[in-house]
Amino acid sequence: MAVTDHKPTDQTDVQLAEVQSTHAALLHLTSEGGQELRPRSELTARELMREVGSVLRLSEADAARFSADSPVGAHQYHDDQTMIINMGPQHPSTHGVLRLMLELQGETVLRSKPIIGYLHTGMEKTGETLTYMQGGTNVTRMDYVSPLNNELVFSLAVEKLLGIDGDIPDRAVWMRMLLSELNRMSSHLLFMATNGMDLGAVSMMLYGWREREEVLRFFQKVTGLRMNHNFIRPGGLAADLPAGWRDDVLAILDMLPERLAEYDTLMTGQPIWRERLQGVGVITAQEAMALGATGPILRSTGLAWDLRRDMPYLHYDEMEFDVIVGQYGDCFDRFAIRLNEIRESMKIVRQILDRMPSGDYRIQNKKVTPPPRARIDESMEALIHHFKIFTEGFKVPEGEVYVAIESPRGEIGCYIASDGSPKPYRMHVRAPSFVNIQTLPHMMRNCLVADAVAIISSVDPVLGEVDR
Amino acid sequence: MSSPSAPEASADLAPAPEPAPTLHGFPLTDSHGQAVAHIPRIDYLATMKLLIADGYVMAVDLCGVDYLTHPGRTLPEGVAAERFEVVVNLLDVEHRRRLRVRVQVPADDATCPTLFDLHPGTEAMEREAYDMFGIAFLNHPDLTRILMPEDWEGHPLRKDYGVGAIPVQFSADYVRDAPRPIDTDEVTTWQ
Repeated sequence: MAVTDHKPTDQTDVQLAEVQSTHAALLHLTSEGGQELRPRSELTARELMREVGSVLRLSEADAARFSADSPVGAHQYHDDQTMIINMGPQHPSTHGVLRLMLELQGETVLRSKPIIGYLHTGMEKTGETLTYMQGGTNVTRMDYVSPLNNELVFSLAVEKLLGIDGDIPDRAVWMRMLLSELNRMSSHLLFMATNGMDLGAVSMMLYGWREREEVLRFFQKVTGLRMNHNFIRPGGLAADLPAGWRDDVLAILDMLPERLAEYDTLMTGQPIWRERLQGVGVITAQEAMALGATGPILRSTGLAWDLRRDMPYLHYDEMEFDVIVGQYGDCFDRFAIRLNEIRESMKIVRQILDRMPSGDYRIQNKKVTPPPRARIDESMEALIHHFKIFTEGFKVPEGEVYVAIESPRGEIGCYIASDGSPKPYRMHVRAPSFVNIQTLPHMMRNCLVADAVAIISSVDPVLGEVDR
Repeated sequence: MSSPSAPEASADLAPAPEPAPTLHGFPLTDSHGQAVAHIPRIDYLATMKLLIADGYVMAVDLCGVDYLTHPGRTLPEGVAAERFEVVVNLLDVEHRRRLRVRVQVPADDATCPTLFDLHPGTEAMEREAYDMFGIAFLNHPDLTRILMPEDWEGHPLRKDYGVGAIPVQFSADYVRDAPRPIDTDEVTTWQ
């Protein structure tokens, strides 16, 4: 009996010893480890199979054929025949500091690898040193093209930990939706601009920025800033909507349809545009799901997955809108999805305008809400309360929570572990761009260098969010 | 109103211990309405395979947590707290549900099997967890740093990583005073 009892332990010990020795070996290997793409001459079939992917991305037969240790591969893909070049980090079409290493044979991309981290500023570490009140200033700078969505997901996570997620006043919820949708529009408009620019429709760049500017001007009126607003905060929002906001939103909604029709003329219907995008960078639903891709990339494969509809937050379950899906999973689908999502967001914004209730724009909970400015002049308690909440912050009960919403780029999630102090013990942001760029090596296989630009553009990565 | 025997009857019923919810035999807890499964490291891969069959086809997020300065966190019975945790968020697209998996990883053997073969999308996330916490993912195809420079020392998101106590890299002082060996060619280019 005792012997049989001991047997598994021995086995575990052996396993653990193995694990530990591997760990040491791994650490030794990786402390010097290059992040770069390795030349093919160093690549065996087994490694190639794993490097360029799992079963989904390359079959074993292909791996055997393409690797250096097969006679065909050694001949056809010898280092003399192929070339590894860097694209980026300083390259206008890499949307910031994305660096891609491409293995080329002539004009064809055989393998590629994104190398990131050039914009890493340790925002998750910074998040641990800021109170929940200050946290918004940090997360808003991650995806700087849709800052309000970052603030929203952070606030929702903190509110869930505090247990006040059901008590947020109605007006605050509707205001959050309004800002989130307008932000989606501005983000997609920026995509229209950069996508056009990357593919040589340079006039499109100016048009896209011009329309986005209108939305940013509204944000400036509401929040005081064009970007990095820190406007959506745990408990509600920083301020109420300014007078005349409805007219401003209506002006944007009235201006846009005409402009979007222009985009259709300029891009959607253009034979050159279609030639550049259709059938380029194809991905299937299975592959996109395996790679964790979300947002327009996943929807372009025909899978209707939108957190606003499938796991509704705020009041999205009461909204009438369509989830736009593609059919072929190519760059053109991703372009068309974003263009039509602007129209869907406009539909949602119109419904929000109809239903915006009056009331408070933040929760009246003394724990998280500082007292109004006027009260500080007349009440000592209010002054102390104000001082405490801004110096120490408010305490959040111990626990951990993951909240995800649909950002313009896909699922943005916020994982917060709290130890009961006024600062998050661990604050992790699941950045959609970070995961989505993993689809690049897959979509770029055997494409042309010129198509690689179209593919990067169609993924629409924001490097601030990739590197955090 | 109620008969005197009624409270007794309910008292008889009440102590019947409700079996703690489990998932494939491992504790399943509820965190603010979200399902959390606590899976031992040794059964991690096998259980993740079962979870794919259950419909959790997407691993949307994977991150590490270092509980060095917060050891007394709440964990279900039978789960021993370790310094590190690997947290995986799974998504079931068909049934529209989520599941979070927390795996305890001890400090003296900070390793964890890789999910790469089940969910290729965790490749970058595991590299990030390795980079930030030093958790080595066994059998990962490309376990290198992803956000920090490749010659960086230490794992920044660990709680014992000295914030402000490290030399500032990429500054001229750093190259001069750094104790670590540096390529002489590199130094001349810098100066």
